[in-house]
Amino acid sequence: MSTELIIAIIITIAGAATPILLAALGELVVEKSGVLNLGVEGMMLIGAVITVAVTLTTGNHLLAVVCAALAASLSSLIFGVLTLTLSANQVATGLALTILGTGFSALFGQPYTGKDVPLLRSPFPPELATDPIWRVLFGYSPLVYFALIMVVVVWWFLQKTRAGLILRAVGENDLSAHSIGYPVIGIRYLAVAFGGAMAGIAGSCFPLFLTPQWVERLTTGRGWIALALVVFAAWRPFRLLAGAYFFGLMMIFEIYAKTNSAFRVLPSEFWAALPYLATVLVLVLISLRREGSTAAPACLGKPFVATG
Amino acid sequence: MTQFNRRTMIKIGGAAATLPLLGSRAFAQEKLKVGFVLIGTPDDNGWNHGHDRGRQEMVDAIGADKVETTVVTNVPEGPDSERVFRELAQQGHKLIYATSFGFGDYVHKVAKMFPDVKFEWATGNATAPNVSLYNAKFHEGRSVIGTISGMMTKTNKIAYIGSFPIPEVRMGINAYAIAARKANPNVTVKVVYVDSWFDPAKEADAARALIDQGVDIITQHTDGPAALQVAEERGIVGGFGQGADMSAFAPNAHLTAIIDRWGPHYIKSVQSVLDGTWAEGSVWDGLASGEVEIGPYNAKIPADVVAAAEATKAGIIDGSLHPFAGPIKDNAGAERVAAGDIIDDGEYWAVDWYVEGVEA
Repeated sequence: MSTELIIAIIITIAGAATPILLAALGELVVEKSGVLNLGVEGMMLIGAVITVAVTLTTGNHLLAVVCAALAASLSSLIFGVLTLTLSANQVATGLALTILGTGFSALFGQPYTGKDVPLLRSPFPPELATDPIWRVLFGYSPLVYFALIMVVVVWWFLQKTRAGLILRAVGENDLSAHSIGYPVIGIRYLAVAFGGAMAGIAGSCFPLFLTPQWVERLTTGRGWIALALVVFAAWRPFRLLAGAYFFGLMMIFEIYAKTNSAFRVLPSEFWAALPYLATVLVLVLISLRREGSTAAPACLGKPFVATG
Repeated sequence: MTQFNRRTMIKIGGAAATLPLLGSRAFAQEKLKVGFVLIGTPDDNGWNHGHDRGRQEMVDAIGADKVETTVVTNVPEGPDSERVFRELAQQGHKLIYATSFGFGDYVHKVAKMFPDVKFEWATGNATAPNVSLYNAKFHEGRSVIGTISGMMTKTNKIAYIGSFPIPEVRMGINAYAIAARKANPNVTVKVVYVDSWFDPAKEADAARALIDQGVDIITQHTDGPAALQVAEERGIVGGFGQGADMSAFAPNAHLTAIIDRWGPHYIKSVQSVLDGTWAEGSVWDGLASGEVEIGPYNAKIPADVVAAAEATKAGIIDGSLHPFAGPIKDNAGAERVAAGDIIDDGEYWAVDWYVEGVEA
């Protein structure tokens, strides 16, 4: 296998990994605060359709990504009001948000179907990206770099800042956090809004560099993969990064296993199933290692009602 | 064998008694309700778009005063589709089009429950007294674009992104490879199945992976233009629209398109229901009758290639050229069709092998 092919594979993997990495990073923060939002796929679709609309009307990619983040964040606040203020079931509300996002994006996107969306290309001078070796560093869409930066930012926030510590405390033991005076509901609102914004940006990846068009259900289930990824990563940002690229690698390997005899050591179906098998394996390993506990935040998915 | 019991006898009697009453109403005022069940949405710019355009042509031709249509979109090819067919039949749709292969089992189940409702199953393979089939010979179009691909590839590697390994897709690949290798014996066709009719991200990833391995022409048998967009972005020789003209997405890479035209069939079949002449049957036409069309050629295709493509098309239309004319070897080297023989329309469905030059 030539170096050029290896580099080409790496670049394709980065593209496939970026949307699930962005969405999973947002969901990781949400889940760390003790909230399970299954609406990732719906929020991604809202982000994707807003990106298409803004890019086609204004031609401004940055504005499109910001609007996508805001719109998806706004939609996540619907989930917030229902589950946090009104203590509705988080699983049911999250699924409803996915259905809402799918429907809204289909309706809102109708005028934009059948149109070619201008690509968001590498921010570096094209000369840097023509050489195959340099392409591996400079040949990506800005959102790929943004996702990598956000991994560090989320890790730093959760592990190194006081605010991150409070957020984790709220997710691990909401009653204690409440009793020492932290606004549990307020903190969870912020986490949910951040998760929405990240899902929206993840949605932007599709029209901006993966599949530059709008059609209904453009994200085809990548939001669900992001949810599996959070579990796979055991709620840790750097493991999430490795997991996203591993999932991306498997998606691309599946295709190579079908087209290239060098990859045909195992059937393509095996590569396609591997991310999910690996997620199950990780869950098993986690529960074996720490007896009686999982890596999940203790309050994950449980509604919080302040007493007294 | 149909068994009569008392209940059915009463039902039949009752129906006969109300017939004059119902009949006059039906013919005087009621529009014929026609249902369309789509696997995706009409805005996919491909397969579903083609069916919806056919529907519009039909409504325009028959007249909105005589026919009323219902389109159900995004129906998965699975048990849930049975509910959709049943619901349409219960709501009084007298003619229901199932526009995808995977709806077949459910169409047949529901058709048994509603013997007075006519069903038509696109690309299907089994009829019943109230289930007809309609299909188009897309593989004839594949021969034309295969000719173009064989003559225009520089790397001698061309590719085919398929949905599922069903007869229709497999024979599209075979027709494409036969024509391409007739034009250029050194060509190999790489095949990738994406296991979906619609997964733009996966189609695009497949296209990227193929281009990275030296493929310079990609054709696809899925429902959207994702692979063409990658071809445009990467600046390879090109690709083809499938189902509809997709040149808006890839002005440079779009060489031509295989366009489905379901309109003429929908007009004929709706009219036959209105006239009461609809009958169980199977329609399978291609380039000759206009069900399959070749779109405009990209200006960058050299004149001799256009001439060869047109000659292929003309040969298929006048019958002098058959897409599956022998000798044909399979990709393991065994001769499957002798010289002078062809794979005819009946044998077509049983072919479970790929022709020489296909890497699948």
